[in-house]
Amino acid sequence: MSILIIAEHDNKTLKAATLNTLSAAEKIGGDIDLLVVGANCQAVADQAANVASVNKVFVADNDVYEHQLAENVSKLVVDLAKNYTHVLAPATTTGKNMLPRVAALLDVAQLSDVVAVVDKNTFVRPIYAGNAIATVTSSDAIKVITIRATGFDAANSEGGNAEIVSLDQVIASEKSRFVGEELAESDRPELTAASVIVSGGRGMGSGDNFKILDGLADKLGAAVGASRAAVDAGYVPNDFQVGQTGKTVAPDLYIAVGISGAIQHLAGMKSSKIIVAINKDEEAPIFQVADYGLVADLFDVVPELEKAL
Amino acid sequence: MKILVTVKRVVDYNVKVRVQPDHKAVELNNVKMSINPFCEIAVEEAVRLKEQGVATEIVVVSVGSKACQETLRTALALGADRAIQIEAEDNIDSLAVAKLVAAVAKEETPDLIIMGKQAIDSDNNQTGQMLAALLDIPQATFASEVKIDNGEAQVTREIDGGLQTLAITLPAVVTTDLRLNEPRFIKLPNIMKAKKKPLEVKTPDELGVATSSNITVVSVTPPEERQGGIKVSSVEELVDKLKNEAKVIA
Repeated sequence: MSILIIAEHDNKTLKAATLNTLSAAEKIGGDIDLLVVGANCQAVADQAANVASVNKVFVADNDVYEHQLAENVSKLVVDLAKNYTHVLAPATTTGKNMLPRVAALLDVAQLSDVVAVVDKNTFVRPIYAGNAIATVTSSDAIKVITIRATGFDAANSEGGNAEIVSLDQVIASEKSRFVGEELAESDRPELTAASVIVSGGRGMGSGDNFKILDGLADKLGAAVGASRAAVDAGYVPNDFQVGQTGKTVAPDLYIAVGISGAIQHLAGMKSSKIIVAINKDEEAPIFQVADYGLVADLFDVVPELEKAL
Repeated sequence: MKILVTVKRVVDYNVKVRVQPDHKAVELNNVKMSINPFCEIAVEEAVRLKEQGVATEIVVVSVGSKACQETLRTALALGADRAIQIEAEDNIDSLAVAKLVAAVAKEETPDLIIMGKQAIDSDNNQTGQMLAALLDIPQATFASEVKIDNGEAQVTREIDGGLQTLAITLPAVVTTDLRLNEPRFIKLPNIMKAKKKPLEVKTPDELGVATSSNITVVSVTPPEERQGGIKVSSVEELVDKLKNEAKVIA
């Protein structure tokens, strides 16, 4: 068995989702190599080489790979993938964008959003927004898989000493060009990596009102999330969204404030260890999944909770 | 400009799905089926491009059993011009669907292919990317805005940290995210008109595509039910429970 993992990074830092993917690879077993594709990304390669279970780190460091566009990166991955039994990437928007191209070029199926490894051929993945759990087995010679980070603990990021191998293959991106990006600036942890999340829903009433969650989040070292209703109402940007069509999270503590608990929101957070719901409607479905429910006006109790911590 | 749009017939998004007692699959008998919401957004986007004078023809394709003709009629009622059903089993995998649509795309030579980012049944999020790879054309997935200009599509994409804008040359594949548009309500006269629009049926054999798969479903089970907990009566009690019972805060 030999496994290739496509590292998730921003040319500076190896992202935590890579470590969760590594732990899925450890469950499959065999040699694990990592591929870092980017520009001026040597620091990422160094971090990757330091991860305990990594055998070898391949680095393709060139300006053409700066934004990790799917068209050229997939071709680079395919050339390398032929030497492996499994090719894994985190199920982030980068992994989801790129990896199906790799599968198609290898003429194999892809298994998306895997949350558990049964054996080297058999994997578990949610379907119907987590309302059913499928166990599937693949007889493809190369298994191409995206890994949902919340399904696996992070692998140990220290203590390794992997060899770093440079790839000098340069594949230009002629048909796709990066124009720009608007990334949210925040000192808070990322939603998918946070151990505590405070999320607001339509009950927040406005984008300005969302700010009352900030104080609570700061006290708890938490990330701030939102339901689809709050995003659609324009209270917060789309990258806050937790749910079937947003991010899937599983923190130790999830505090849902003014969120009714639509099926599609629950699909994104019901694996959280402890769920707290604050809502003035005692019939809200969120209370059916909450460990601790508080029926109250959020504008009274959120400031009170912040003070009490 | 010609646009190809794909649609999938899936369990309606308002239905609470149930797993069959034998744990082989999800129960599909007597369940309301609808057009996949992301596909509906794809059709709407194509229709808007036609209304703006950017597109001239919209061809809609679905892969599945005869029942998916109903979904194709929905797309025609939304404003697509003609439809192609590729007759196949309902559960073939994404790669086979991508190969079938690629074969149709080679015949139709569209300038733009718009697809949903994922179907809400299998939640795979693969077919658009696979199709783009098979045709060796660029892609812009998870689109929240599409502008066509000078033989290029400028597409804003919803990515984990925020938004990213790419310019891709045509022909290309665009997959839709939720906020790209809000599909219109279909008016009755358009349902009548849709019945008269052309609908062609093709088979995988005619397209020269094998639809076999190396993936086998071993079981489909219900998720672990989460037990509801307790109601607390005050912030003080909540903080006490979180500290001393759940031990999730210090």
